[in-house]
Amino acid sequence: MEPVIITSDAVDLQVAIGSLALQNPVMTASGTFGYGREFESFVDLSRLGAIVVKGISLEPRCGNPPPRIVETACGMLNAIGLENVGVDRFIREKMPYLSGLGVPVIVNILGDCVEEYARLAERLADIAGVSAIEINISCPNVKKGGVAFGTDPQMAAAVTAAVKKSCRLPIIVKLSPNVTDVTLMAKAVEEAGADGVSLINTLIGMAIDLASRRPRLANIIGGLSGPAIKPVALRMVYQVAQVVTIPIIGIGGIASAEDALEFMLAGASAVQVGTANFVNPRASEDVLDGITAYAREQQLSSIRDLIGGLRLG
Amino acid sequence: MSQFQKNVELVRSEVLAQDVIRLTFNAPEIAAAAMPGQFVMVQIAPGQDPLLRRPFSIHQITKDGALQILFKVVGRGTRLLAQVQEGAHLSLLGPLGRGFILAAPEKACLVGGGMGIAPLLFLAGRLSQPVHDGPRPKVILGARNRAELVPLIAAFENIGIKVLAATDDGSFGHHGLVTDVLQGLNLDSAFTVYSCGPRPMMAAINHLCQQQKISCQVSVETVMACGMGACLGCAVALKAGGYAHVCSDGPVFEAGELLWSL
Repeated sequence: MEPVIITSDAVDLQVAIGSLALQNPVMTASGTFGYGREFESFVDLSRLGAIVVKGISLEPRCGNPPPRIVETACGMLNAIGLENVGVDRFIREKMPYLSGLGVPVIVNILGDCVEEYARLAERLADIAGVSAIEINISCPNVKKGGVAFGTDPQMAAAVTAAVKKSCRLPIIVKLSPNVTDVTLMAKAVEEAGADGVSLINTLIGMAIDLASRRPRLANIIGGLSGPAIKPVALRMVYQVAQVVTIPIIGIGGIASAEDALEFMLAGASAVQVGTANFVNPRASEDVLDGITAYAREQQLSSIRDLIGGLRLG
Repeated sequence: MSQFQKNVELVRSEVLAQDVIRLTFNAPEIAAAAMPGQFVMVQIAPGQDPLLRRPFSIHQITKDGALQILFKVVGRGTRLLAQVQEGAHLSLLGPLGRGFILAAPEKACLVGGGMGIAPLLFLAGRLSQPVHDGPRPKVILGARNRAELVPLIAAFENIGIKVLAATDDGSFGHHGLVTDVLQGLNLDSAFTVYSCGPRPMMAAINHLCQQQKISCQVSVETVMACGMGACLGCAVALKAGGYAHVCSDGPVFEAGELLWSL
């Protein structure tokens, strides 16, 4: 038999999140890639599937007091406090550069109440270069006693529906792992109109300094990320894939192509590289190169063939 | 702005005093682009634990592309780094951050305490160029004792600088703080003070400089994850409210812009 020769052009890496077509499944995770430009010395940004920018609120936020981060075993805790430049400055100062890259820009949004999310979506709806919205529902709802949107299926659905109504962009809901049953959250936002779900956000954790007997984070608790959380993330992606039909974006400890491909087998249509960007600023492109090499080596006609391709039994 | 991520060879690992380590890397691209006060992020180990790189200010660069860092073993990361064998390769990311704004050497006074001496050697070298026998900056260095301080002073003397020394235990130079020595110099307001060291030391120097209306630049150290403005983990409080980021707004700041507690 003649060997099949597949050139790089022949590797079909395209995936879709609702109506959003991506040249490949590799995105950057919100809060780990700044506003993209910070990485231009290290990454050919135009090669990425999409750039998900740092979470944006209506008003600028200055974040939590330091210390904000602490390293843990194979991971890190952060309590940045949603520091961001606010939507107006984001549009004015960050979008012109981002929209010139020719890559989908997914804007992660956060708010204190449903109305804030809706207003953010309205504000971003017609901005050139904004391709989709990712809703960060891991924020406390100040109008509902500070319970996180992401831990209550009804509140998560309400915020999803409000954002969906406010703009015509594809809506991705970023799920929190700090729940008893993540599939309930996924189903709730799917029913409310989400075009995709991304998971997982960070796991709430804590670290203590024995010598001073004090918490290592000024905020006391923070979000755990990095390779340490990958098995939890994979499990949740797998579980969610069993109950929703909308595309899933896998996040959690992805540092290599192998990690990314495992998420795709578990049911993810795309992935986000997060904490790995801090360690290796070229991580996202390395993951992409590795996926390309794998697809070629396995002679896949499309990377989509891998999605949910986990072999059982 | 040129930044590089390079696997570079550790060509020399020296123990200058107990737990005080100087590493020399062959890192020509980063060395050529570096300015005094900038830093590099060093990957400690190839695996995932410890996960994060560690930030180190650039201690010295040489024309042949060598880049030095200086540190004290204070935890697991620095202990592992101190154990890396010569000839091994490590990933360096840099040069990062905003460095010192250079003043005329005859109007510059460098004040370093402990490992805060690290970025001041590179600065002193740059300020002393290009005239070989030209003016040199004043340099005040402090440490806990003679054993710790003397090896660090040698590198300054090698570039023709006479160092004013202070030790906590009085075993070398002035018995007391670098701040005492600085105060004794009675600098006029045309001077720029460059300082790096423990936070209380820099707070005292800022206080003194404010009183005497002397411009003061400090190099600040914090925990960092990325070193390039993405994680926003390295926040430092500003006098005017809010925070700056040590990696991208600093690590060098005008001392008066920061919030100090004496």
